[in-house]
Amino acid sequence: MEKTQRGFAGFVKRNWLVIVSGLFIGAAAVVLSALGNPKNMGFCIACFERDIAGALLFHKAEVVQYFRPEIVGIVIGAMLMAMIRKEWRPQGGSAPFTRFLLGMFVMIGALVFLGCPLRMVIRIGGGDVNALIGLGGFVVGILIGVIPLKLGFSLNRAYKQKTTEGLFFPILLVILFVLSLVTNLFAKTEDATKPGGQQAVWYAALLIALVVGALCQQSRLCMAGGVRDAVMFRDFHLIYGFISIIIAVVIGNLIRNTFSFGMTGQPIAHTDSLYNFLGMALVGWGSVLLGGCPLRQLVLAGEGNSDSAVTVFGFIAGAAVSHNFKLASSANGIGEGPVLPVLIAGFVFLAVLSVFNSKRRA
Amino acid sequence: MMIDARGLSCPMPVLLVQREVKKNQTKTVEVLVDNMTAVGNITRFAVSQHYEVRTEETAGEYRMTLWK
Repeated sequence: MEKTQRGFAGFVKRNWLVIVSGLFIGAAAVVLSALGNPKNMGFCIACFERDIAGALLFHKAEVVQYFRPEIVGIVIGAMLMAMIRKEWRPQGGSAPFTRFLLGMFVMIGALVFLGCPLRMVIRIGGGDVNALIGLGGFVVGILIGVIPLKLGFSLNRAYKQKTTEGLFFPILLVILFVLSLVTNLFAKTEDATKPGGQQAVWYAALLIALVVGALCQQSRLCMAGGVRDAVMFRDFHLIYGFISIIIAVVIGNLIRNTFSFGMTGQPIAHTDSLYNFLGMALVGWGSVLLGGCPLRQLVLAGEGNSDSAVTVFGFIAGAAVSHNFKLASSANGIGEGPVLPVLIAGFVFLAVLSVFNSKRRA
Repeated sequence: MMIDARGLSCPMPVLLVQREVKKNQTKTVEVLVDNMTAVGNITRFAVSQHYEVRTEETAGEYRMTLWK
């Protein structure tokens, strides 16, 4: 039984964990970059799932193929923490195919911008102004997504599932990860000048990500939830986490002398503001309809939510589509494929879904 | 008033509570949720609206009572 606590003590009690988590993730991102991960990409859920899609040969972009230990660590860290805290629950059945499609479009948008919301925040902390433009798009996307929520948008309920349904995803990840370590089955970018070839040593990446996953599970940190809750409930809880990440990344970059403010010459970023904006708008809107950003989907999948596991596979499929059809951007600019038509298709999909799933329930 | 918010994604549970409180000015609201994220969200919302909150766990589900 819990009694309400108010005032400063209540504020600290309710917010300390999300702030500590944010600071840790920000610091971890800088450390992972120092250990070999790409610049301003200590963590990036979208990029790392894209690398995994490449490792599994779902796409053949040779510069971005690596079975990233960070993804495994976050899922397993969240799983173990949820089990310890008795919050692990096999659950699913809430519009899985719709979530798969949402995952695909969120990933396509993220790879147009070059980063998930977490990397956007990390890029902002590195001084990348393009990421501020991405943030603008992200916020606009969330504001659009809040409208259907207020009108009763729903993907329907998830229900309790068998234990296996909640365990298959983390088990599969671990098996594939071990295979990536002990066999040559999977593709791996060797060129250290390419993003996929820039790799922090695997055990450090795994260990740090385990802690991040555990912290995120307990703090419920979510990039999309921060803006959404501030708008809908005047609840700034998750925004504190968001800001904490930026603060830690800025400090870390200043210490490492890697802070560089501006638009041009930013690591693994392009300067096409329209597409940075549109890409993240798609991510913001899609994430709100999913109920959480890509990082949050990983954590939920670790907690036993198979809808989120399906969503993660949607991300991976989206990454494959992005690279197979040249929709993904690079440091040179947006892709040569039909980027704009696909982004428009994504917005149309979100609009149709928002309208048809927003019937107010009595 | 009992709201069954089990199995709903974020932020539906707290949204249903907000809707009920705004529409009917309900003094006492009972909510059934099945995850701690929803418990946290609803608790923060309740505090911001000057409600008292009590949460009881039974078999992996949380029965929350908000009153003022």
